[in-house]
Amino acid sequence: MSLDKEQVRHIATLARLHVADEEIADTVDKLSRIVDFVDQLAKAPTDDVVPMAHPVNAAQRLRADVVTEADERDRIQGNAPEVRDGLYLVPRVIE
Amino acid sequence: MTAGDLHSLTLSETRAALDRGDFSAVELVDALLERIEALNPALNAFVTVTGDEARAAARAADERRAAGRPLSLDGLPIVHKDIFCTRGVRTTCGSRMLEDFVAPYDATVVARLKDAGAVMLGKSNMDEFAMGSSNETSYFGAVANPWSHDRSPGGSSGGSSALVAGRLAPAATGTDTGGSIRQPAALTGTVGLKPTYGRVSRYGMIAFASSLDQAGVITRSVEDAALLLAAMAGFDERDSTSIDQPVPDYAAALDGDVSGLRVGIVQQHFDAGLDGATGDAVRAALGVLESRGAVLKDVDLPNIDLSVPTYYVVAPAEASSNLSRFDGVRFGHRADDPRDLLDLYCRSRGEGFGAEVKRRILTGTYVLSAGYYDAYYLKAQRVRALIAEDFRRAFEQVDVIAGPTAPTPAFELGAKTDDPITMYLNDIYTIGANLAGLPGLSVPCGFVDDLPVGLHLVAGHFAEQTLLNAAYSYQQATDWHTACPEAYA
Repeated sequence: MSLDKEQVRHIATLARLHVADEEIADTVDKLSRIVDFVDQLAKAPTDDVVPMAHPVNAAQRLRADVVTEADERDRIQGNAPEVRDGLYLVPRVIE
Repeated sequence: MTAGDLHSLTLSETRAALDRGDFSAVELVDALLERIEALNPALNAFVTVTGDEARAAARAADERRAAGRPLSLDGLPIVHKDIFCTRGVRTTCGSRMLEDFVAPYDATVVARLKDAGAVMLGKSNMDEFAMGSSNETSYFGAVANPWSHDRSPGGSSGGSSALVAGRLAPAATGTDTGGSIRQPAALTGTVGLKPTYGRVSRYGMIAFASSLDQAGVITRSVEDAALLLAAMAGFDERDSTSIDQPVPDYAAALDGDVSGLRVGIVQQHFDAGLDGATGDAVRAALGVLESRGAVLKDVDLPNIDLSVPTYYVVAPAEASSNLSRFDGVRFGHRADDPRDLLDLYCRSRGEGFGAEVKRRILTGTYVLSAGYYDAYYLKAQRVRALIAEDFRRAFEQVDVIAGPTAPTPAFELGAKTDDPITMYLNDIYTIGANLAGLPGLSVPCGFVDDLPVGLHLVAGHFAEQTLLNAAYSYQQATDWHTACPEAYA
């Protein structure tokens, strides 16, 4: 099934991904080819098959609910584009 | 042995030489850094070289050795794929998004190798977020194959494979989500090992597709891969999918005895998609295993032809979720002058990610979106279960499955960048092991037009020892793994 420009724009919005106007034709073309390629899965008989959730059959472990990490806020926030007083700054959300 | 030859030693040989006192770890590091400076500009295999840190670590290793208390890998040089977080050192994942990211902690793989005394020389180039099979999607540029500079070293661990093949370091780490260790190893004439899912911790390894990603190594010999795996593997409470199983001394248990080893051959692996001369080299390699006592046996993987389309639903779905963390707020690239929060997200991600990463995010978002989830994502997870079951049945009849690692030798840079499907089909023989969580290994098995070819071996869950021993046996009977590109001898 091929995709059209509107569908790709919608998916890009869901993905919070800006796709420039000059990129859109190529993106539609290549995504359509990928979707056509994976469409061959439809023919596989899988009615009674349980979807695979994990490659090795193992149960999830639980751990004690205790603090294990040291406080390294300043070091971690050193990678942030904009911080003030330990807070991450973003454009105003509420007018 | 002069300072000019130190690069020719494998990791195991280097360890023996350091133990004998033939040279110091500092002398070794200096020689390799000089070599990197001279040869890397043509290869572009490194994103970052950590010379000062390497010299300091080598001095510490020499001191421990002098005091008679060397660690298991003391002073042995290693390069980490730039997907592994390294505390205080830039970690880019091959992306503009993380161009200036300095990791606040070490990945478990990095920490364990450091604790064993290994000396990091730097961080290797890679396809952006490990999404690619040619290293051409890297924000830092393509990597050249030392065997022919106009060809790809494979990907996504293309920097690691190129620098090991070019003998800029004896070993490098890699990660493998669909073939990203084994395919580049095959294309560069090196040994590439992807362990069982859960064998090596993924903590601090930047996530691409969490149910498929696994860390491993690229080396010049099977012994070296065994040595490093023992140091890297094992339970880690920081990775919830890490498996708590004892780690054997893989290198010590290598005996090269394959008499009675049942080697499975899958017909589809030798179908039309395989280059003729590559197939001949692989069939000759199977003959070598047989002559050493292995028993060849046809096995059927009826759904294996669906592995690539299955992968290209599951992997992008997981990637679209994992890469949602890059929001331009907490770390990574941020667009200038955002109008509002939505604009900040969309443009930071649009500018920070390259074309292939965007395609995978969009594909993943599509297959997970309302109305398509059942038809694509759930369907793919069902087919994945069929493929895993095929392997489970096959391993009731055989100990390993052998075939080609990649359909052709190294292809020219730029040859496959126009069509994503052509590029994706590079991993046709390797993806099955990721979908089923199985260990896989590529070992050099010949040349076609002066370009290396790899023999691919897959074994059952946690059967790394069987895999390593089969490859070790093959390596004892052949010398393909000792071949070196002329300009890098």
